[in-house]
Amino acid sequence: MSDPVIRISKMNKWFGNFHVLRDIDLDVAAGEKIVICGPSGSGKSTLIRCINRLEIHQQGEIIVEGMTLDGSLKNLEEIRSNVGMVFQQFNLFPHMTVLENCTLSPIWVQGKSQAEAEKLARELLERVRIPDQAEKYPGQLSGGQQQRVAIARALCMNPRIMLFDEPTSALDPEMIKEVLDVMVELANEGMTMLCVTHEMGFARQVADRVIFMDEGEIVEENAPEAFFSNPENERTKLFLSQVLPH
Amino acid sequence: MTSWTPTPPRPAPANTVGFVGWARENLFATKLDTLLTVIAIGIILYITEVVFGWAILDASFSGDDRTACLKPVQGACWPFIEAKFGQFIYGRYPEAERWRVDMVFLSGLVGLIPMLMPSVGHKRANLFFLLGFYPIFAFIMLTGGVLGLEAVDTTDWGGLLVTLVVAVTGIVASLPLGILLALGRRSELPIVRALCIGFIEIFRGVPLITVLFMASVMLPLFLPDGVNFDKLVRCLIGVALFSSAYMAEVVRGGLQAIPKGQYEAAAALGLGYWKTTRLIVLPQALKLVIPGIVNTFIGLFKDTTLVLIVGLFDLLGIVQLHFTDASWATPETHVTGYVFAAGVFWLFCFAMSRYSIFMENHLSTDRTSS
Repeated sequence: MSDPVIRISKMNKWFGNFHVLRDIDLDVAAGEKIVICGPSGSGKSTLIRCINRLEIHQQGEIIVEGMTLDGSLKNLEEIRSNVGMVFQQFNLFPHMTVLENCTLSPIWVQGKSQAEAEKLARELLERVRIPDQAEKYPGQLSGGQQQRVAIARALCMNPRIMLFDEPTSALDPEMIKEVLDVMVELANEGMTMLCVTHEMGFARQVADRVIFMDEGEIVEENAPEAFFSNPENERTKLFLSQVLPH
Repeated sequence: MTSWTPTPPRPAPANTVGFVGWARENLFATKLDTLLTVIAIGIILYITEVVFGWAILDASFSGDDRTACLKPVQGACWPFIEAKFGQFIYGRYPEAERWRVDMVFLSGLVGLIPMLMPSVGHKRANLFFLLGFYPIFAFIMLTGGVLGLEAVDTTDWGGLLVTLVVAVTGIVASLPLGILLALGRRSELPIVRALCIGFIEIFRGVPLITVLFMASVMLPLFLPDGVNFDKLVRCLIGVALFSSAYMAEVVRGGLQAIPKGQYEAAAALGLGYWKTTRLIVLPQALKLVIPGIVNTFIGLFKDTTLVLIVGLFDLLGIVQLHFTDASWATPETHVTGYVFAAGVFWLFCFAMSRYSIFMENHLSTDRTSS
């Protein structure tokens, strides 16, 4: 196996006095798809938010593509432009059209020309299957469409790693599939993905590894087949019995 | 297997839509509503009759002195306004030089109108004209002393000219200053934050009159001998600082309404503090607080009347000054003068208010069909 693109070792984080992440060790190889699940409050979102430093860890080391996340602004900028993120609440910019949302970072961070950025954005909107919504505002789109715009917006930075923080949790049931389809396609193209989700079907279909977290610790990690059919830990069994269809 | 066909929509009952529907619902819904409607219409008619009678029917429209306004039943004394109109607009600005003020008013309008219309392009050049070229042009034209223009001391300025100079300077300076103060107040740098909080709380905590007094009476005491600058300039600075403290709090309200997710999304896209502020946060925050911003502008516009306290004659001040003119001493002179001043102030404020509503609608992005 080549060098991991993300290496997290002995990482600890506290919110005030609350120990939210405890001794996390995690290596992610290039092209690997990892699904992180666990009960709410288990620290799974916080973990992936540490990877692009939306949350700041206090102990241990996080190395992304050879660069250490240690407060150096230069490393941080470099890492953020290589790591795309999709949020539960989409977080699109409501005062900008879909196209402007997508071209923002290419123009203002990567210094691309407007024409170049728009061409790229339209290609990616095509890829998430909403090319005809480019001139609309986010408020005029359905939840599923908004989340696909958010994915396209993150992809416009041409990232090598994508983080998904419960991307389907805020969606109506009828819209979950359209978002998952886009994510499956992305996975099949070889993107390195870390995905916090409760969509176990998605985990089975694309994940190389499933990680189960509770109380700020990684309780169990395994290939999806083994993870679902034969969980090692009692806690994992209990969780799976509650989230999997009966 | 049966297939489901949606029921086609039907029109609403006739008496619930259109004018009839509206009137039934809003004017005559119950007996009490009907009674209130009748009473309200009565009050409106009465007020209209009184105002119309005073301003038109019983008013005088021409004449050269007070004798025109001494009828037994006398309404408004409009000849007074007509005779003093030049004074009200320009103050004691020399009559031969008033064309310079006109030029400044006119070129201001020429620059402002396209700026206010979203459909007109070249906003960047337009903004440069208004903020770069225009202030210098206005300064040279109004004060003179160069390019063969006769120098006009600011103590000779007055009327609407002073009102507009103070208000426009205050408005133009207070928005950017207020934004910076609001950002500073939310800054993570403790010293910047403390300075901004101190500034805002001090200027917001004292009356404008105090600020103006300080600017015109106290400030010269602190300056070294021989160093002195114009009273009007000192007032302008006082008004600008005062209103920027208010503006800062309005803008801060908008900043606080921006969800954390917007900052996170911007950070995840690699935008730094200033780009996030400029591209993501401020456009949304300012849009949210347009009513508050315009409210502050309107307040500021009317507060310019307080410059009277330090001896500058704005529109209201100059109108009051001319009440003492014996050749126009009539029972209706005061009322007419005040109504005129109020009308002019109202016109400007109402225009700002309407424009604010227009911009709110124009910038709205949550409409379902564009």
